[in-house]
Amino acid sequence: MGTFFGSSIGKKFVMSISGLFLVVFLIVHLAINLLLLVPDGGETFNAAANFMALPAIKFGLQPVLALGFIVHIIYAAIITLQNNKARGSAKYASGNKTKDVMWASKNMFVLGATVFAFLAVHIYQFFVPLQITHSAPELASGGHDTYTLVANALTCIPTVVFYVIGSLGLALHLTHGFWSAFQTVGASNNIWRKRWTVIGTVFAWVVGLAFSAIAIAMYFIGSCGGCN
Amino acid sequence: MGNNISLTLKVWRQNDAQDKGRYESYKLEAVSVDSSFLEMMDILNEQLVNEGKEPVAFDHDCREGICGMCSLYINGRPHGPDDDVTTCQLHMRKFKDGETITIEPWRSAGFPVIKDLIVNRNAFDTIIAAGGYTSVSTGGVPDANALPISKIDADEAMDAASCIGCGACVATCKNGSAMLFVSAKVSHLALLPQGKVEAARRAKNMVAKMDELGFGNCTNTGACEVECPKGVSISNIARLNREFLSAKFKD
Repeated sequence: MGTFFGSSIGKKFVMSISGLFLVVFLIVHLAINLLLLVPDGGETFNAAANFMALPAIKFGLQPVLALGFIVHIIYAAIITLQNNKARGSAKYASGNKTKDVMWASKNMFVLGATVFAFLAVHIYQFFVPLQITHSAPELASGGHDTYTLVANALTCIPTVVFYVIGSLGLALHLTHGFWSAFQTVGASNNIWRKRWTVIGTVFAWVVGLAFSAIAIAMYFIGSCGGCN
Repeated sequence: MGNNISLTLKVWRQNDAQDKGRYESYKLEAVSVDSSFLEMMDILNEQLVNEGKEPVAFDHDCREGICGMCSLYINGRPHGPDDDVTTCQLHMRKFKDGETITIEPWRSAGFPVIKDLIVNRNAFDTIIAAGGYTSVSTGGVPDANALPISKIDADEAMDAASCIGCGACVATCKNGSAMLFVSAKVSHLALLPQGKVEAARRAKNMVAKMDELGFGNCTNTGACEVECPKGVSISNIARLNREFLSAKFKD
C-alpha cells in the first residue's frame, strides 16, 4: 500500500504543514521588521533583534525553522519532478486555454525559486554578519546594531528593488499557497474554500506590501549614502 | 442553408502505440453549424474513406453526454471551447467559418495513445477496481425515510456521482493528476451510509493505486473543475484529502 510520506497526499501534507509553519515565521519576521519604523533610532528594533539572537532561540528554534525551509523546498522539488513526469513528454500543440486558473497556482515552483533566490541573498546580507561571522556593527550596550546594518544595506537602490521583488514574489506565492494548504489538509469545502482564498489573498498582499513598504521607507529614512 | 462553415482540421494521426505520430491537415467544406463535433468527425471520416484513406480513430459511444467515452483536446481545451459539455454535446456553432481546429488526444503519462485520437483510459478502471465500490449488495431502492440521509449529503453525493470518468481532469491538469476523478468516486460513496463502512480502506487503496499508475500530485490549480463536463467540484478533493489523512492517522 506504500508509506504515508511516499503517497501523493502524504507529500502534499508535508508541503502544507511546512508551508503553514513558514507562514507563522513570516508573521513573526514582519512584526519585528515593523519595529524598524519606530522613530527611536532603532533602539526597539535592536532589542527585538538581539532577543532573536539569544541562545535559546538560536539553538532551539532556528534549526526547526531551517528544517521547515529545507523540507518545504525538497518536497517541492520531488513533487515538481514527479508532476512533470506524470504530465508526459508529449505536449499539446494547441497549448492550454483553460480559463479561470490563477497564474500563481501554475507557477508555484518558479515563484518558490524566486523566494529562494531572495532568501539566499537575504541570509548572506544579514544572517551571516549577525550570527556567523559577527562582522556586523556592535552596540555600546552589547549585542549587534542590527538597525544600522539594515539601514546601511537599504541605502542602495538595487538592494531596495531586489527586496521589493522578493516580497512581491512571496506575495504571489502566498496567494495560492495559503488556501491551498488548507485544501490539502482537508479543512475545506465549497464555503471554506472561498473564505480561505479571501483570507489568503488579503494575508499575502498585506505581508508582501508591508515588507516592500518597510524596505522603501528605510531607503528614504536612511542617510542616502548610496551603494558601498 | 446559409448555416454552413468550412474548416481546416489539424488532426493528430498515430498508427499505433509505438508510432511517433504526426499532425495532418484536412479541409472540410459546408459543415452545418447545427451538427455536433462528432458528427463533423463522421463527415471527415466519410470524406477520407471516399478518398481511399484511413479514417481518423476517435472514441465515442452514447453521444448524449453521459457515458464519458468521447475525449478530444480541441483548440487548447478538453472537450473544446464550450463549458460543461462533453465533445458529443459540443456543436459546430461554437466555431467560425474558415477556422483552423487543432484536434489532439488526451496527453498524460497515465493515458498512453493507442491510435490517432484514442487513448488508453484503463488506468481509471484499475483505480475503481482498487476500491470504488461497496463489497456487499445493498439491495434495491430502499423505502423512503427507512435510511435517513440529509438533503445536503444526498445532493453532494449525487453531484460527485455525476463524474463520468472521461479523463478531462487529467488531460488539462499541468500535473497529470487524477485527483478530481478519484475524489469524486471516493466522495459519492463516503457521503452515504452504505459506502461509509469501507470509506477508510477505499480512500487508502484508491489513492495508492492512483499513485502507482503514475498520475501526478495535485497542486490545487483548479483547472480540472473548470474543464469537468459535469462540473464536479474540487471540494471533493478536500474531502478525499480528509478521508485519506484521517484513515492513515488511525493506522
